[in-house]
Amino acid sequence: MMLSIKNLHASVDGKPILRGIDLEVKAGEVHAIMGPNGSGKSTLANVLAGRENYEVTSGSVHYLGENLLELATEERACKGIFLAFQYPVEIPGVSNIYLLKAAVNARRKYQGLDELPAVEFLKLVKEKVKLVEMKEEFLHRSVNEGFSGGEKKRNEILQMAILEPRLAILDETDSGLDIDALKIVAKGVNTLRGPQRAMILVTHYQRMLDYIVPDHVHVLAHGRVVKSGDKSLALELEERGYGWIEQQAEEIAAAVTG
Amino acid sequence: MNSTVSDLDELVKREYEAGFVTDIESDTLPPGLGEDVVSIISAKKNEPAFMLEWRLQAFRRWQKMQEPGWAQVKHPAIDYQAISYYSAPKQPGDGPQSLDEVDPKLLETYNKLGIPLEEQKALAGVAVDAVFDSVSVKTTFRETLAEAGVIFCSISEALQEHPELVRKYLGSVVPTGDNFYAALNSAVFSDGSFVYIPKGVRCPMELSTYFRINAMNTGQFERTLIIADEGSYVSYLEGCTAPMRDENQLHAAVVELIAMRGAEIKYSTVQNWYPGDEQGRGGIYNFVTKRGACRGDNSKISWTQVETGSAITWKYPSVLLEGDNAIGEFYSVALTRHMQQADTGTKMVHIGNNTRSTIISKGISAGRGQNTYRGLVKILKGADNARNYSQCDSLLLGDRCGAHTFPYLEVSNPTAQVEHEATTSKISEDQLFYCMQRGLSEEDAISLIVNGFCKEVFKKLPMEFAVEAQKLLDVSLEGAVG
Ligand SMILES: Nc1ncnc2c1ncn2[C@@H]1O[C@H](COP(=O)(O)OP(=O)(O)O)[C@@H](O)[C@H]1O
Ligand SMILES: [Mg+2]
Repeated sequence: MMLSIKNLHASVDGKPILRGIDLEVKAGEVHAIMGPNGSGKSTLANVLAGRENYEVTSGSVHYLGENLLELATEERACKGIFLAFQYPVEIPGVSNIYLLKAAVNARRKYQGLDELPAVEFLKLVKEKVKLVEMKEEFLHRSVNEGFSGGEKKRNEILQMAILEPRLAILDETDSGLDIDALKIVAKGVNTLRGPQRAMILVTHYQRMLDYIVPDHVHVLAHGRVVKSGDKSLALELEERGYGWIEQQAEEIAAAVTG
Repeated sequence: MNSTVSDLDELVKREYEAGFVTDIESDTLPPGLGEDVVSIISAKKNEPAFMLEWRLQAFRRWQKMQEPGWAQVKHPAIDYQAISYYSAPKQPGDGPQSLDEVDPKLLETYNKLGIPLEEQKALAGVAVDAVFDSVSVKTTFRETLAEAGVIFCSISEALQEHPELVRKYLGSVVPTGDNFYAALNSAVFSDGSFVYIPKGVRCPMELSTYFRINAMNTGQFERTLIIADEGSYVSYLEGCTAPMRDENQLHAAVVELIAMRGAEIKYSTVQNWYPGDEQGRGGIYNFVTKRGACRGDNSKISWTQVETGSAITWKYPSVLLEGDNAIGEFYSVALTRHMQQADTGTKMVHIGNNTRSTIISKGISAGRGQNTYRGLVKILKGADNARNYSQCDSLLLGDRCGAHTFPYLEVSNPTAQVEHEATTSKISEDQLFYCMQRGLSEEDAISLIVNGFCKEVFKKLPMEFAVEAQKLLDVSLEGAVG
């Protein structure tokens, strides 16, 4: 098992958000997590990535056999967890390529390897820039500064393609993308798909799942996985909306507390 | 953000790497200041008679002056009689003629600081004047520079060899009575660098002076004078360090720059005087007057400073834009951590027509550091079409530090265009998390973000020094954040 989440409860600023998540992800699988706004999707992504102030109050998370919750944020990253941010952050004055190099070498250092020689690094970056159909000039611009929404998302995929994570979590990478950009993102993701890797696609719409076909689909509501299924569940959600799911979730919640 | 705060503390606690003491015999005057001391200094340097007169006149002015009280800095009263005003490493005869005659301990000191004085080991294309306590111990590449007609030597030597040049320009930008510290400096300055670039010459090397305070209870009062004659160009850099001591030491320098018609002077500083410890014990009081005059039309003076050291920094590198179309620039990064206090900025005085000035100031405060930007843009009545752009950004690391901005504006000509932008931000948790999610440690993430914040200024430094400055900032920040 690559990732095993059991009865995970988490609070943000003292407010309980995740209320008992169970999820198992095997290597080679792609899981889609859907759900209405505010259901806790980003919170789950942030908890897995180890964001400060996201406090796990009970439950467990194991990643490649290790207790993930004991690892520091950067250790998780160095061990292959990658989060494509819903809102990628701007870092003025730091060029994209500089951050990429720092990220690549941070991981190599963690693995006890020397820094990647500049020539090899450049070769790698140029290859991946092509994959996500980005202009090379973006490499020399400040990280995400003045990027359009779509460019920011594509930049996340570029970073992912270069870092080649074991477990990639994409938080609404599809939202705000036009169809061409969506296809490019999907290409980046599909290229990375492989028996050694797993992906969690957080999405609000099923549109992206036409291009990246998931093995499993889960629906989150009020901090719980309220329904799991295959690709057809995503289509059903598209047709029926989230209302019925939320209603079910409320009934479950009432039953639990009652 | 709790761990961020504690990491910040760690980063701030980082040790000062240039804090060692060189054990060398010195010729040091006993503490105290009077006309006799001024005369002794002048005599030790075998100065021409006009210099002694000049010094004494400055001293008499100084005696009637008060320390300025307007800066946002606090320190116990300085006892000017408790300071020794002259200290020189003992050397045989007239001082070293060649490197072989320089005390090996001094060479070792500079090697340790990464400033080899052997020309073959030097950084490519950089000539160095090394000033140790009150005297210059060695100026490299003098011959190479002389071939281009460039004079680069200590100001003591310049007074011997080119007294007419010194006499003409010394005090012409910063008059002896300009302010308390400038007057004191004028009375007792011991050494510093002198540069003259002849007409039409582009100085073939970067020039640099490395100031080192070593002796205890001494003040360092250096004086630098740079003259760029018509159509010439020079890039000059100064670096500074001092041992870690529990007592505060005074450093009151004066730097004067003169750019004639069409000349350009680029002056960069990487200031890393001992900042004192976490409790605020020790450290250098850095009270410095730096001013340049764009005397001729189309001349340009550009100040770039990276200030990471000193317990207190009081410093406003300024430009008098006298000629038409003259350009003045000020690019500054000032970092305060521990209990450091910096009150720094610039004055841009627009006198000629179509004069332009740019001010970019980046203040970073960590620990219990206090960082103040104080700047004046003054546009005189006769200065038509003057333009200024100022940008002052402050970054706070932690919540026990402070940032203050005092931009003053005096515009007496309606054609002036003046723009001012200011921001204050905290290092954002989002940025940190983003970098750390990519595998960077918190310390590296902070350093990356801070370096990004300073980018606009760093890129103005000569290449070799930009790398140095970046490293210095990393070292200063290590344990400061995160
Ligand atoms: N920093 C925070 N402080 C307090 N509440 C938060 C914070 N972040 C998210 N929340 C709340 O947690 C809930 C889940 O948010 P989120 O995980 O972003 O949902 P989703 O990604 O599914 O839209 C929402 O009610 C939101 O308002
Ligand atoms: Mg979300």
